[in-house]
Amino acid sequence: MAHINLSENTKLENEKKPIPEEDAKPEKAERREFMVKVGSVCLGGVVAIPPIAAGVAVLMDPLRRKQGDTDFTRVTLLDALPEDGTPKKFTIYADKQDAWNKFPNTAIGAIYLCRKSDGKVDAYNVVCPHLGCAVVFRESERDYYCPCHNSAFDLETGTQAPDSPSARGLDSLEVRLENEGEVWVKFQNFQPGIADKKAIA
Amino acid sequence: MKALLGWLDQRTGYKKIVNEILFENIPGGPRWRYIWGSALTFCIFVQFATGIMLWMAYSPSSQTAWESVYFIQEEMNAGWLLRGIHHYAAQLMTVLLILHLMQVVIDKAYTAPREVNYWFGLGLLFLVMALSLTGYLLPWDQKGYWATKVATNMVAITPVIGESLQKIVIGGADYGHHTLTRFFALHAGVLPGLLILLIVVHIYLFRRHGIKAKKPFRRADTPFWPEQVFRDLVAALAVMAAILGLVLWFDGAHLSAPADPAERYPARPDWYFMFLFQFLKYFKGEGVLWGGIYIPAFIVGLLFLMPFIGRWKQGHRFNLIFLYTLLGGFVYLTYIAYAKDAKDEEFQFAQEQARKDAERIRVLANAPAGIPQGGATSLLRSDPYTQGPKIFADKCASCHAYGGMDGLGRELKEPQSAPDLKGVGSREWLAGFVDPDQIATAKYFGGTHFVDRDGGNQSRMVEYVMGLRDLSPTGQGELAKVVAAVSAQAELKSQKGLDDADSDLIREGSDLFWDGITGLDEACIDCHGWDGEESSESRTPDLTGWMSREYMIEFIKNPEHPRFYGSGNDRMPVYGEEGTLTEKQIGLVVDWLRGEWYEPVDTQMP
Ligand code: FES
Repeated sequence: MAHINLSENTKLENEKKPIPEEDAKPEKAERREFMVKVGSVCLGGVVAIPPIAAGVAVLMDPLRRKQGDTDFTRVTLLDALPEDGTPKKFTIYADKQDAWNKFPNTAIGAIYLCRKSDGKVDAYNVVCPHLGCAVVFRESERDYYCPCHNSAFDLETGTQAPDSPSARGLDSLEVRLENEGEVWVKFQNFQPGIADKKAIA
Repeated sequence: MKALLGWLDQRTGYKKIVNEILFENIPGGPRWRYIWGSALTFCIFVQFATGIMLWMAYSPSSQTAWESVYFIQEEMNAGWLLRGIHHYAAQLMTVLLILHLMQVVIDKAYTAPREVNYWFGLGLLFLVMALSLTGYLLPWDQKGYWATKVATNMVAITPVIGESLQKIVIGGADYGHHTLTRFFALHAGVLPGLLILLIVVHIYLFRRHGIKAKKPFRRADTPFWPEQVFRDLVAALAVMAAILGLVLWFDGAHLSAPADPAERYPARPDWYFMFLFQFLKYFKGEGVLWGGIYIPAFIVGLLFLMPFIGRWKQGHRFNLIFLYTLLGGFVYLTYIAYAKDAKDEEFQFAQEQARKDAERIRVLANAPAGIPQGGATSLLRSDPYTQGPKIFADKCASCHAYGGMDGLGRELKEPQSAPDLKGVGSREWLAGFVDPDQIATAKYFGGTHFVDRDGGNQSRMVEYVMGLRDLSPTGQGELAKVVAAVSAQAELKSQKGLDDADSDLIREGSDLFWDGITGLDEACIDCHGWDGEESSESRTPDLTGWMSREYMIEFIKNPEHPRFYGSGNDRMPVYGEEGTLTEKQIGLVVDWLRGEWYEPVDTQMP
C-alpha cells in the first residue's frame, strides 16, 4: 500500500513569504500601502451602511407611529351617576390599530366618572400615573387605590396621598355635558412615572 | 482510521483543541467546588435545546402567541414537559449564577489577572436576567402582560430619551404585535447570540488563566478528563433532577388567561424580580428614578468595580460585605413583598379570579368550537360563566344580590335593596315570590318601594301576595300551576326536563292565569299581560315571555318601558339608554343569571 504523505500535500499555502527585494521601494510602497489602508477603511464603512441603515430605519419606525387622537365619545347619561359622588367605572370603546390589524370598536381603556355637587362631572383615566397598573375605587376608604405599589388618590381632587409612590395625581380627562344630560369624554392616555401630565402622542 | 483522523487534524488542527479542552491541568486535582461553570454551561445547553424546540411551535403576535403556547402546553406531545423544563431551568440558572458569583468573590477569583473574566461573568448574569424578562412576556398571558407593562413603563422614566426609548422597545405607543415580535427577536436572537459570545470569551479567559485553585492541594495535579468531567456530570445530573423535580412539583409552567388590556389583573413580576417591585414602593414621586434607575445602576457599577476594590485586603472584605448585604436585601425585600400580598385581601381575591379565568379558558379552548381565528381573548370576553358575575358584582350588586352575595362570592358592600337574582325565572324563585312569608323580605321586594316598610302603602302586587295567606288547598294547588306556567316562559336550560314533563300542568296554569285562582277576586290577567295580550295597566309587567333571554335583556335595557314597570319603576337604572352596560354585557349577565354557558360534555360517563 502506498503511503501517502499527507503533510507534504497540505503545507499551509498562505504562509508568509519574505517580500522579494525588487518590490521594496520604500517610499512609493509606503504611500501605496497607506492609500490601501485608507481605502479599506472607507470601503468597509460603505459596504456596511445599506444593511445597517435599513435595519435601523425599521427599528425606529415606532417613533413615527402616533396614537390616534381620540375624539370626544358619548359615555353615559348624567342620571346614571350616583348623586352622592360615588364614582362609576366605564369602559371606553373605539377603533384600535395594532400594527397590521384594525380592531373596530374594542375596549381601549376605562375611566371613572364622578358626579359633583355642583352638577359637574369629573373623569379620570383608571391607569395609575405611577407605573401603569389600574386603580380601583375603594369603598372602605372612599378613595382610589392602586394595588401595585399602593398609591392612593383623593376622591374629590384626584391628588395622590402624601405617602404614595405616584409622582402626580390621577389623570383627569376633559368632560362635556351635551344634549341635556349626556356625558361626553375625551379619552387619552398619559405618560406614567413623571410629575407632569403629558399625553402619549 | 488513524490515517483518516490524521488527515482531518491536518486540515483542522482539532487534536490540539481537544487536547486543550480535555487535558487542561487542574492543580491539586479534581474538586467538587469546581463544578459551577459546568453546571451553568449545562443549563445553557438545556435552554438552547428546549428553546429552539419551543421556537418551532411558537408564533409571536397578539392573536397567536397565547394560542400557540396553549397548543404546546395542552395539545402537543410532551409540550408541557418541554415548556416546564425551559421555564424552571431559567429560574435555576439565575440561582446558580448568583451562587457562582458568590463563590468567585469568596475564593477571590475575581482579582488580577482575572478582572476581565469576572466582567464577562457579570455580563452573563445580566444577559440571563434580560432573557428572563423578555421570555416572561412571550406567552402573552395576563401575568406576563401586566408585569412586563410595569417594567417597560420604567423605561419611559429615563430622563430625556425615555419616551422614545420606550416606544422603540415596545414597538409603538402601546402594547401589541410589535411588542411581541421585538421581545421575541431579543429573546431568541439577540440575547442568546450575545450569550454565546460572552460564554466563549469567558471560557477562553478562564482557560487562559487556569483555574483559581483552592489551597492546600490535597492531591497531585490531574487533567480535566476524566475525573473532573465526571464530577461535573454528576452536577449536571443534579441540576437536571432539580429541574424535573420543579416541573413535576408545580405541574409544569403556569399559563394564565390570554392577555386582555381591558381586564384588570394584579400585576406582579416573577419571584426573582419581586425584590425590585417591593423596592419601588419606597420611592415617592419622581424618586422612582432613584429606585428604578440610579440606585440599580450604582449597584451594578460597584459590582463591576469590585476587582479593583478587592486589591486591598479591606477592599476584599468590603466586597464581601457588600455582596452579603445585597443578598440579604434581596431575600428581605422578596419576603416583605410576598408577606404583604398574603395579607392583602383584595390581591388574594384578584388572584383567585385570575386563577378561575385561567382554568375556564382551558375549558373554552377545548370546546368543539375551539379557538377562533381572532384569538382566544374573545373566548373569555364572551363567556357568561366568567364575565356574568364580574359584571353583576360591578353594576348590579349595589342593589341586587346573588344568593346573598355579590356574584363573585363576596359580601355585599351595601344593604340589599332589590331582589336576589339567583335562580331568577325558576319555579322555586317564583314560588318564593308569591309566598306571603317571603315577598316582603330582602330576597324579593323587601328593599324596594313596592313594600312600604311603615305598613301603609303596599304595592298592589305585594298586597295580592299577602292575601294568598288564606288560600284553600285547592287554591294552593292552582297557584303552583300558575307558577309553573309563568316560569315555563323563561325556558331555562336547567328546567327543560321539568317543563317538558309537565306540559299538561303548564297548560292548566296558563288557563288559570286567565280565569283566576279559586278563592281570589282578581285573576292575573286583570293586571298583567299574557299570551301575547298586553298588560291592561302600563305599570304592571307583561308576563308573556317572562324572564326569557329576550325579556330580561329588554328589561335591563329599559325597565321604564310600558312592557315592564313603566312609570312605576323603582330605582332600576335604564342601563341600555345610559350606556353603563353595552348590549353585549347585558347579554352576558342575562345568560349567566339564566345558567346558559358552555359546559363541557362529560365524556367519562360509564
Ligand atoms: S403602578 Fe400604581 S402604584 Fe405603582
